[in-house]
Amino acid sequence: MIPVWAQVCYVVAAVCFILALKGLASPKSARRGNLLGAFGALLAVVVTFFAYDIDNLGWILLAVAVGAVPGALGARRVAMTAMPQLVALFNGVGGGAAALVAILELRHAELLSDGALVASAFTILIGSVSFAGSAVTFLKLQELMTGRPITFPGGPFVFGGVLVAALGLGVWTVATGSVTLAIILALVGLLAGVLLVLPVGGADVPIVISLLNAFTGLAVAAGGYVLENALLLVAGTLVGASGTILTRAMARAMGRSVSSILFGAFKGGSTAG
Amino acid sequence: MTEGVALLTVFVLAVFVGFEVVSKVSSTLHTPLMSGANAIHGVILVGAVIVAGTADEAGVLVVALIAVVLATLNLVGGFVVTDRMLEMFGGTRPPTAEVAPAKVGGE
Repeated sequence: MIPVWAQVCYVVAAVCFILALKGLASPKSARRGNLLGAFGALLAVVVTFFAYDIDNLGWILLAVAVGAVPGALGARRVAMTAMPQLVALFNGVGGGAAALVAILELRHAELLSDGALVASAFTILIGSVSFAGSAVTFLKLQELMTGRPITFPGGPFVFGGVLVAALGLGVWTVATGSVTLAIILALVGLLAGVLLVLPVGGADVPIVISLLNAFTGLAVAAGGYVLENALLLVAGTLVGASGTILTRAMARAMGRSVSSILFGAFKGGSTAG
Repeated sequence: MTEGVALLTVFVLAVFVGFEVVSKVSSTLHTPLMSGANAIHGVILVGAVIVAGTADEAGVLVVALIAVVLATLNLVGGFVVTDRMLEMFGGTRPPTAEVAPAKVGGE
Protein backbone atom coordinates (compact mmCIF):
# COMPACT_ATOMS: atom_id res chain seq x y z
CA MET A 1 0.00 0.00 0.00
CA ILE A 2 1.38 3.41 -0.91
CA PRO A 3 1.46 6.26 1.67
CA VAL A 4 -1.62 8.44 2.17
CA TRP A 5 0.16 11.66 1.14
CA ALA A 6 0.99 10.05 -2.20
CA GLN A 7 -2.61 8.97 -2.72
CA VAL A 8 -3.71 12.55 -1.99
CA CYS A 9 -1.23 13.82 -4.58
CA TYR A 10 -2.69 11.31 -7.06
CA VAL A 11 -6.16 12.77 -6.40
CA VAL A 12 -4.78 16.26 -7.11
CA ALA A 13 -3.28 14.95 -10.38
CA ALA A 14 -6.62 13.35 -11.33
CA VAL A 15 -8.39 16.68 -10.74
CA CYS A 16 -5.76 18.38 -12.94
CA PHE A 17 -6.58 15.92 -15.74
CA ILE A 18 -10.33 16.54 -15.44
CA LEU A 19 -9.80 20.33 -15.51
CA ALA A 20 -7.36 19.91 -18.41
CA LEU A 21 -9.98 18.14 -20.54
CA LYS A 22 -12.58 20.70 -19.47
CA GLY A 23 -10.22 23.54 -20.39
CA LEU A 24 -9.31 22.00 -23.75
CA ALA A 25 -12.98 22.04 -24.76
CA SER A 26 -13.04 25.86 -24.95
CA PRO A 27 -10.70 28.11 -27.02
CA LYS A 28 -10.12 30.63 -24.22
CA SER A 29 -8.93 28.13 -21.64
CA ALA A 30 -7.42 25.46 -23.92
CA ARG A 31 -3.76 26.36 -23.50
CA ARG A 32 -4.06 26.76 -19.73
CA GLY A 33 -5.91 23.45 -19.60
CA ASN A 34 -3.10 21.67 -21.40
CA LEU A 35 -0.48 23.15 -19.05
CA LEU A 36 -2.57 22.06 -16.07
CA GLY A 37 -2.63 18.53 -17.49
CA ALA A 38 1.15 18.60 -17.90
CA PHE A 39 1.51 19.76 -14.28
CA GLY A 40 -0.73 16.91 -13.10
CA ALA A 41 1.35 14.39 -15.02
CA LEU A 42 4.61 15.78 -13.64
CA LEU A 43 3.23 15.65 -10.10
CA ALA A 44 2.07 12.06 -10.57
CA VAL A 45 5.42 10.86 -11.93
CA VAL A 46 7.52 12.63 -9.27
CA VAL A 47 5.27 11.31 -6.48
CA THR A 48 5.61 7.77 -7.85
CA PHE A 49 9.40 7.83 -7.36
CA PHE A 50 8.95 8.63 -3.65
CA ALA A 51 5.78 6.65 -2.89
CA TYR A 52 6.95 3.28 -4.20
CA ASP A 53 10.11 1.40 -3.37
CA ILE A 54 11.88 2.11 -6.67
CA ASP A 55 15.10 0.24 -7.51
CA ASN A 56 17.18 0.71 -10.68
CA LEU A 57 16.73 4.48 -10.29
CA GLY A 58 19.64 5.45 -12.55
CA TRP A 59 18.41 3.27 -15.39
CA ILE A 60 14.85 4.59 -15.09
CA LEU A 61 15.96 8.24 -15.15
CA LEU A 62 18.12 7.48 -18.18
CA ALA A 63 15.12 5.88 -19.93
CA VAL A 64 12.97 8.92 -19.09
CA ALA A 65 15.61 11.19 -20.65
CA VAL A 66 15.83 8.95 -23.73
CA GLY A 67 12.06 9.32 -24.21
CA ALA A 68 11.68 12.96 -23.20
CA VAL A 69 14.34 14.55 -25.41
CA PRO A 70 13.18 13.22 -28.81
CA GLY A 71 9.55 13.61 -27.71
CA ALA A 72 9.95 17.30 -26.92
CA LEU A 73 12.23 18.06 -29.86
CA GLY A 74 10.03 16.19 -32.34
CA ALA A 75 6.92 17.95 -31.07
CA ARG A 76 8.62 21.37 -31.28
CA ARG A 77 10.13 20.95 -34.72
CA VAL A 78 7.47 19.06 -36.65
CA ALA A 79 5.71 20.95 -39.45
CA MET A 80 2.14 22.06 -38.64
CA THR A 81 0.80 19.78 -41.35
CA ALA A 82 2.57 16.74 -39.88
CA MET A 83 1.01 17.09 -36.42
CA PRO A 84 -1.76 14.48 -36.82
CA GLN A 85 0.71 11.71 -37.62
CA LEU A 86 2.90 12.76 -34.69
CA VAL A 87 -0.12 12.47 -32.39
CA ALA A 88 -0.77 9.02 -33.90
CA LEU A 89 2.83 8.04 -33.16
CA PHE A 90 2.64 9.25 -29.53
CA ASN A 91 -0.68 7.46 -29.08
CA GLY A 92 0.75 4.22 -30.46
CA VAL A 93 3.79 4.18 -28.19
CA GLY A 94 1.52 4.84 -25.20
CA GLY A 95 -0.53 1.77 -26.11
CA GLY A 96 2.67 -0.24 -26.55
CA ALA A 97 3.91 0.86 -23.11
CA ALA A 98 0.60 -0.19 -21.51
CA ALA A 99 0.78 -3.63 -23.16
CA LEU A 100 4.39 -4.16 -22.01
CA VAL A 101 3.53 -3.17 -18.43
CA ALA A 102 0.63 -5.66 -18.38
CA ILE A 103 2.78 -8.48 -19.83
CA LEU A 104 5.40 -7.88 -17.13
CA GLU A 105 2.74 -7.86 -14.40
CA LEU A 106 1.71 -11.40 -15.45
CA ARG A 107 5.07 -12.61 -14.07
CA HIS A 108 3.37 -12.75 -10.69
CA ALA A 109 0.04 -13.99 -12.06
CA GLU A 110 -0.48 -16.11 -8.93
CA LEU A 111 -0.73 -12.91 -6.87
CA LEU A 112 -3.29 -11.29 -9.17
CA SER A 113 -7.05 -11.46 -8.57
CA ASP A 114 -9.32 -12.84 -11.30
CA GLY A 115 -10.40 -9.28 -12.11
CA ALA A 116 -6.79 -8.17 -12.44
CA LEU A 117 -6.03 -11.12 -14.76
CA VAL A 118 -8.93 -10.15 -17.04
CA ALA A 119 -7.79 -6.51 -16.94
CA SER A 120 -4.22 -7.43 -17.89
CA ALA A 121 -5.37 -9.54 -20.86
CA PHE A 122 -7.54 -6.58 -21.92
CA THR A 123 -4.61 -4.15 -21.63
CA ILE A 124 -2.30 -6.43 -23.62
CA LEU A 125 -4.84 -6.87 -26.43
CA ILE A 126 -6.12 -3.29 -26.68
CA GLY A 127 -2.67 -1.77 -26.13
CA SER A 128 -1.19 -3.74 -29.01
CA VAL A 129 -4.20 -3.02 -31.28
CA SER A 130 -3.62 0.67 -30.59
CA PHE A 131 0.14 0.37 -31.18
CA ALA A 132 -0.15 -1.35 -34.56
CA GLY A 133 -3.21 0.63 -35.67
CA SER A 134 -1.49 3.92 -34.85
CA ALA A 135 1.64 2.77 -36.71
CA VAL A 136 -0.46 2.15 -39.85
CA THR A 137 -2.20 5.55 -39.55
CA PHE A 138 1.23 7.14 -39.17
CA LEU A 139 2.45 5.45 -42.38
CA LYS A 140 -0.71 6.54 -44.21
CA LEU A 141 -0.56 10.18 -43.12
CA GLN A 142 3.20 10.39 -43.68
CA GLU A 143 2.52 9.00 -47.18
CA LEU A 144 4.95 6.16 -46.63
CA MET A 145 2.09 3.97 -47.86
CA THR A 146 -1.03 4.73 -49.84
CA GLY A 147 -3.60 6.87 -48.03
CA ARG A 148 -6.37 5.08 -49.88
CA PRO A 149 -8.41 2.33 -48.22
CA ILE A 150 -6.79 -1.09 -48.62
CA THR A 151 -9.27 -3.93 -48.92
CA PHE A 152 -8.85 -7.50 -50.04
CA PRO A 153 -11.36 -10.25 -50.76
CA GLY A 154 -12.61 -11.82 -47.53
CA GLY A 155 -11.09 -8.99 -45.47
CA PRO A 156 -14.00 -8.76 -43.01
CA PHE A 157 -13.86 -12.54 -42.46
CA VAL A 158 -10.11 -12.49 -41.81
CA PHE A 159 -10.63 -9.61 -39.36
CA GLY A 160 -13.49 -11.47 -37.69
CA GLY A 161 -11.34 -14.60 -37.45
CA VAL A 162 -8.49 -12.65 -35.86
CA LEU A 163 -10.92 -11.15 -33.31
CA VAL A 164 -12.24 -14.60 -32.41
CA ALA A 165 -8.66 -15.88 -32.06
CA ALA A 166 -7.82 -12.88 -29.86
CA LEU A 167 -10.84 -13.52 -27.65
CA GLY A 168 -9.95 -17.21 -27.29
CA LEU A 169 -6.32 -16.42 -26.52
CA GLY A 170 -7.44 -13.77 -24.04
CA VAL A 171 -9.58 -16.29 -22.15
CA TRP A 172 -6.73 -18.83 -22.25
CA THR A 173 -4.27 -16.23 -20.93
CA VAL A 174 -6.63 -15.36 -18.06
CA ALA A 175 -7.14 -19.05 -17.23
CA THR A 176 -3.43 -19.92 -17.15
CA GLY A 177 -1.72 -16.59 -16.38
CA SER A 178 0.97 -17.63 -18.87
CA VAL A 179 3.39 -14.97 -20.07
CA THR A 180 4.05 -16.92 -23.30
CA LEU A 181 0.34 -16.87 -24.15
CA ALA A 182 0.25 -13.17 -23.29
CA ILE A 183 3.00 -12.51 -25.82
CA ILE A 184 1.08 -14.46 -28.49
CA LEU A 185 -2.02 -12.44 -27.53
CA ALA A 186 -0.03 -9.25 -28.07
CA LEU A 187 1.08 -10.45 -31.53
CA VAL A 188 -2.53 -11.25 -32.50
CA GLY A 189 -3.48 -7.80 -31.18
CA LEU A 190 -0.87 -6.23 -33.48
CA LEU A 191 -2.39 -8.07 -36.45
CA ALA A 192 -5.90 -6.97 -35.44
CA GLY A 193 -4.71 -3.35 -35.22
CA VAL A 194 -3.28 -3.46 -38.74
CA LEU A 195 -6.43 -5.09 -40.16
CA LEU A 196 -8.64 -2.55 -38.37
CA VAL A 197 -6.95 0.47 -39.94
CA LEU A 198 -6.03 -0.80 -43.46
CA PRO A 199 -9.57 -0.29 -44.91
CA VAL A 200 -9.73 3.30 -43.60
CA GLY A 201 -8.49 6.03 -45.88
CA GLY A 202 -8.42 9.70 -46.74
CA ALA A 203 -9.99 12.22 -44.38
CA ASP A 204 -11.27 9.41 -42.13
CA VAL A 205 -7.79 8.62 -40.81
CA PRO A 206 -7.72 11.35 -38.07
CA ILE A 207 -11.03 10.03 -36.75
CA VAL A 208 -9.52 6.57 -36.42
CA ILE A 209 -6.58 8.11 -34.54
CA SER A 210 -9.13 9.54 -32.11
CA LEU A 211 -10.72 6.09 -31.75
CA LEU A 212 -7.32 4.46 -31.11
CA ASN A 213 -6.63 7.25 -28.60
CA ALA A 214 -9.74 6.19 -26.69
CA PHE A 215 -8.53 2.55 -26.95
CA THR A 216 -5.17 3.45 -25.40
CA GLY A 217 -7.01 5.28 -22.64
CA LEU A 218 -8.99 2.15 -21.80
CA ALA A 219 -5.82 0.03 -21.94
CA VAL A 220 -4.16 2.39 -19.46
CA ALA A 221 -7.26 2.29 -17.24
CA ALA A 222 -7.18 -1.52 -17.15
CA GLY A 223 -3.43 -1.33 -16.46
CA GLY A 224 -4.27 0.88 -13.47
CA TYR A 225 -6.65 -1.82 -12.23
CA VAL A 226 -3.88 -4.43 -12.50
CA LEU A 227 -1.39 -2.26 -10.61
CA GLU A 228 -4.10 -1.15 -8.12
CA ASN A 229 -3.15 2.42 -9.01
CA ALA A 230 -6.24 4.64 -8.87
CA LEU A 231 -4.60 7.50 -10.80
CA LEU A 232 -3.88 5.36 -13.87
CA LEU A 233 -7.42 4.03 -13.66
CA VAL A 234 -8.97 7.51 -13.53
CA ALA A 235 -6.69 9.07 -16.18
CA GLY A 236 -7.15 6.17 -18.59
CA THR A 237 -10.91 6.08 -18.09
CA LEU A 238 -11.23 9.84 -18.63
CA VAL A 239 -9.39 9.53 -21.92
CA GLY A 240 -11.35 6.44 -22.93
CA ALA A 241 -14.71 8.09 -22.23
CA SER A 242 -13.94 11.56 -23.58
CA GLY A 243 -12.13 10.02 -26.58
CA THR A 244 -15.24 8.00 -27.45
CA ILE A 245 -17.43 11.12 -27.36
CA LEU A 246 -14.84 13.07 -29.33
CA THR A 247 -14.59 10.34 -31.99
CA ARG A 248 -18.36 10.48 -32.49
CA ALA A 249 -18.31 14.30 -32.61
CA MET A 250 -15.50 14.29 -35.19
CA ALA A 251 -17.35 11.77 -37.34
CA ARG A 252 -20.57 13.77 -37.07
CA ALA A 253 -18.75 16.99 -38.05
CA MET A 254 -17.92 15.24 -41.33
CA GLY A 255 -21.43 13.83 -41.73
CA ARG A 256 -20.25 10.27 -41.16
CA SER A 257 -20.77 7.56 -38.59
CA VAL A 258 -17.95 5.69 -36.85
CA SER A 259 -19.07 2.33 -38.23
CA SER A 260 -19.19 3.66 -41.81
CA ILE A 261 -15.62 4.93 -41.33
CA LEU A 262 -14.32 1.60 -40.06
CA PHE A 263 -16.22 -0.71 -42.36
CA GLY A 264 -17.45 1.61 -45.14
CA ALA A 265 -14.63 0.69 -47.55
CA PHE A 266 -16.08 -2.79 -47.88
CA LYS A 267 -19.25 -1.20 -49.21
CA GLY A 268 -17.46 1.49 -51.24
CA GLY A 269 -18.52 4.31 -48.92
CA SER A 270 -15.16 5.79 -47.88
CA THR A 271 -14.40 9.48 -48.46
CA ALA A 272 -11.30 8.45 -50.41
CA GLY A 273 -12.87 5.51 -52.25
CA MET B 1 -15.68 -2.47 0.25
CA THR B 2 -12.93 -4.58 -1.24
CA GLU B 3 -10.14 -3.03 -3.30
CA GLY B 4 -11.54 -4.44 -6.57
CA VAL B 5 -15.03 -3.01 -6.02
CA ALA B 6 -13.57 0.34 -4.92
CA LEU B 7 -11.61 0.54 -8.18
CA LEU B 8 -14.70 -0.49 -10.15
CA THR B 9 -16.65 2.35 -8.48
CA VAL B 10 -13.92 4.83 -9.41
CA PHE B 11 -13.97 3.48 -12.98
CA VAL B 12 -17.74 3.93 -13.42
CA LEU B 13 -17.69 7.45 -11.99
CA ALA B 14 -14.72 8.42 -14.18
CA VAL B 15 -16.63 7.22 -17.28
CA PHE B 16 -19.41 9.70 -16.51
CA VAL B 17 -16.96 12.53 -15.80
CA GLY B 18 -15.16 11.76 -19.08
CA PHE B 19 -18.44 11.91 -21.02
CA GLU B 20 -19.47 15.12 -19.30
CA VAL B 21 -16.30 17.25 -19.61
CA VAL B 22 -16.20 17.11 -23.41
CA SER B 23 -19.93 17.19 -24.09
CA LYS B 24 -19.68 20.70 -25.59
CA VAL B 25 -16.59 21.19 -27.71
CA SER B 26 -16.30 23.38 -30.80
CA SER B 27 -15.10 21.56 -33.91
CA THR B 28 -11.99 23.77 -34.26
CA LEU B 29 -10.77 22.27 -30.99
CA HIS B 30 -11.30 18.61 -31.95
CA THR B 31 -7.66 18.01 -32.90
CA PRO B 32 -6.06 19.76 -29.87
CA LEU B 33 -8.49 18.01 -27.53
CA MET B 34 -7.61 14.63 -29.04
CA SER B 35 -3.93 15.51 -28.70
CA GLY B 36 -4.34 16.67 -25.09
CA ALA B 37 -6.25 13.52 -24.14
CA ASN B 38 -3.51 11.53 -25.88
CA ALA B 39 -0.91 13.21 -23.67
CA ILE B 40 -2.90 12.41 -20.52
CA HIS B 41 -2.84 8.66 -21.12
CA GLY B 42 0.94 9.02 -21.21
CA VAL B 43 0.74 8.75 -17.40
CA ILE B 44 1.08 5.03 -18.06
CA LEU B 45 4.66 6.18 -17.37
CA VAL B 46 3.72 5.82 -13.69
CA GLY B 47 2.97 2.13 -14.30
CA ALA B 48 6.14 1.64 -16.32
CA VAL B 49 8.24 3.23 -13.55
CA ILE B 50 6.62 1.01 -10.90
CA VAL B 51 7.33 -2.15 -12.94
CA ALA B 52 10.89 -1.06 -13.78
CA GLY B 53 11.48 -0.12 -10.14
CA THR B 54 10.54 -3.61 -8.95
CA ALA B 55 12.31 -5.53 -11.74
CA ASP B 56 14.50 -8.25 -10.26
CA GLU B 57 16.16 -9.65 -13.38
CA ALA B 58 17.92 -8.08 -16.36
CA GLY B 59 15.43 -9.22 -19.03
CA VAL B 60 12.46 -7.82 -17.13
CA LEU B 61 14.30 -4.56 -16.49
CA VAL B 62 15.10 -4.15 -20.20
CA VAL B 63 11.47 -4.61 -21.26
CA ALA B 64 10.26 -2.31 -18.46
CA LEU B 65 12.78 0.36 -19.49
CA ILE B 66 11.49 0.15 -23.08
CA ALA B 67 8.01 0.79 -21.65
CA VAL B 68 9.42 3.78 -19.73
CA VAL B 69 10.92 5.24 -22.93
CA LEU B 70 7.69 4.73 -24.92
CA ALA B 71 5.49 6.17 -22.16
CA THR B 72 7.74 9.23 -21.72
CA LEU B 73 7.63 9.83 -25.48
CA ASN B 74 3.82 9.77 -25.26
CA LEU B 75 3.64 12.00 -22.18
CA VAL B 76 6.23 14.68 -22.99
CA GLY B 77 5.68 14.74 -26.75
CA GLY B 78 1.91 14.78 -26.28
CA PHE B 79 1.80 17.85 -24.05
CA VAL B 80 4.39 19.76 -26.11
CA VAL B 81 2.66 19.12 -29.44
CA THR B 82 -0.72 20.10 -27.95
CA ASP B 83 0.78 23.34 -26.63
CA ARG B 84 2.12 24.10 -30.10
CA MET B 85 -1.27 23.49 -31.68
CA LEU B 86 -2.86 25.84 -29.16
CA GLU B 87 -0.30 28.61 -29.68
CA MET B 88 -2.46 29.93 -32.50
CA PHE B 89 -5.70 30.01 -30.47
CA GLY B 90 -5.77 33.59 -29.11
CA GLY B 91 -2.29 33.27 -27.72
CA THR B 92 0.38 35.90 -27.19
CA ARG B 93 1.45 36.10 -30.83
CA PRO B 94 -0.94 37.06 -33.65
CA PRO B 95 -1.73 34.14 -35.94
CA THR B 96 -0.10 34.31 -39.36
CA ALA B 97 -1.69 33.16 -42.59
CA GLU B 98 -0.20 29.65 -42.66
CA VAL B 99 -1.02 28.84 -39.05
CA ALA B 100 -4.62 30.13 -39.00
CA PRO B 101 -6.82 28.14 -36.56
CA ALA B 102 -9.11 26.88 -39.31
CA LYS B 103 -6.24 24.98 -40.93
CA VAL B 104 -5.27 23.25 -37.72
CA GLY B 105 -8.65 22.30 -36.32
CA GLY B 106 -10.29 20.98 -39.46
CA GLU B 107 -9.21 18.43 -41.99
